[in-house]
Amino acid sequence: MKKHRVVITGLGVVSANAIGVDNYEKALREGKSGIKYWEELEKINLKCQIGGAPDLSSVNLGDHLPRLLAEKITNKGILYAMLSGVEAWKDAGLEPNAEERDFNSGMIFGAGDLSFDSFINREFPSYPIDNGESRKLGSRTISECMNSGAAAYLNSILGLGNRIQSNSSACITGSEAVLMGYEYLSQGRADRMICGSTEGDGRYIWAAFDAMRVLCSNSNDNPEYGSRPMSDSSSGFVPSGGSGALVLETLESAKARGARIYGEVLGGHVNSGGQRSGGTMTAANPEAVVDCITRAIKDAGISPDEIDLINGHLTSTKGDPAEIRNWVKALGRSGENFPMINTPKSMIGHAVAGAGSVELIASVLQMYKDFVHPNLNVENIHPEILSEIFGGCIPTSCQSKEVNTVIKANFGFGDLNCALVLRKYKE
Amino acid sequence: MTRETIKTDLINIIKPYLPEDVMATEVSEDKHLINDLMINSAHIVDIVLDIEDKFDIMIDDDVIGEMNTVQDSIDVVLQKTA
Repeated sequence: MKKHRVVITGLGVVSANAIGVDNYEKALREGKSGIKYWEELEKINLKCQIGGAPDLSSVNLGDHLPRLLAEKITNKGILYAMLSGVEAWKDAGLEPNAEERDFNSGMIFGAGDLSFDSFINREFPSYPIDNGESRKLGSRTISECMNSGAAAYLNSILGLGNRIQSNSSACITGSEAVLMGYEYLSQGRADRMICGSTEGDGRYIWAAFDAMRVLCSNSNDNPEYGSRPMSDSSSGFVPSGGSGALVLETLESAKARGARIYGEVLGGHVNSGGQRSGGTMTAANPEAVVDCITRAIKDAGISPDEIDLINGHLTSTKGDPAEIRNWVKALGRSGENFPMINTPKSMIGHAVAGAGSVELIASVLQMYKDFVHPNLNVENIHPEILSEIFGGCIPTSCQSKEVNTVIKANFGFGDLNCALVLRKYKE
Repeated sequence: MTRETIKTDLINIIKPYLPEDVMATEVSEDKHLINDLMINSAHIVDIVLDIEDKFDIMIDDDVIGEMNTVQDSIDVVLQKTA
């Protein structure tokens, strides 16, 4: 029995095409791509030489972060998390705690792999450990590499005293963090939880994906065309980094302090295909995807017919048509009756563990502001997708549209699935 | 290298590690890095690494233990660069 309704009262985002929520909304509306060619990737012989890295040079870190962190932290995954987290907290009308810690607020902030970040090797010709110079690692290598590092550094700023947790579940990390925060708050165990995820970027993590041959390698001379979810020529995902943060709050708490409410989390579900029945380390078991979406809708207490917009996982790989088939099956809607579907990935690539939270913020903004952002590079929709749904369900330009109910899903390595249902807040 | 230039460089190295409420102008030779300037003791190793990079010297662990005040630190650099 759920005791508390849970609403979203703050947003913060660092993505490949924008830093800050206002800039991100504008970029989503305009269909702005953040994907670029990177010479350093060509130098080290990656097949995919394009990617999306948030432009930190556009931000004065000292304006947002304490001096030590602004000047010394070089791990991008942690920088993104601190920036998005501080923005979300302030966006919710809250201030970092000075001396007192706040036992009514907590955090669930996940990461993919902070130690893959390029910071680890930044000043050395080769790994200092293997050179017998481990002393040069200094005091921050552990705290910047541990997967809880993003949450730990963010909380050094915010000073929250309830549960501080770091989940890590590949590409579902961000949506799972929000689901966990929602479940925790609905049980009444805290007043508010800041939830989100982060992933750094650069040659180390991208090289490892490149070696798997899962990245887009045929668009190096046309970077902005590389990420093309649902297209008939999708050839692999475009790697990126970023972080999204959402302040979740019990409705009672939000109302008591007169907070702005972006929307309500109605429910969700997380599951696994068990790496069985078609599911593997890297591919989703379709039965599990359908089960996850179905249970999320049931948990939210709505009918699939009420869904106005799907924010899909849709990585711009050969898996996109299978994802659409799963949506059709789970919702029992197809052809012209299928909801609108989009994903920011055509603009920002795949931010791996950062994806769920960065994309969820797009869902919240579209619902709060009543618009549907475009999908880029999908002039030619994959024929297997067109055999399931009407092509007009895939917007290619920004549309003004009333969006009351959104479903957001991510699917990740390890055969993990997560779906969340959001609704415009009504009394 | 004069004592004054070393001191200026040292203060620049120390500055980012100071707590938000400690001003760089408070850094004087007699100040103890941890007790007076309230620098987190975990960051002393980072300050030492920054000093090593800046002055191209190597500071042994047993010497780090002697670098209590700003003055001590200047002395160590002077000695190592002599």
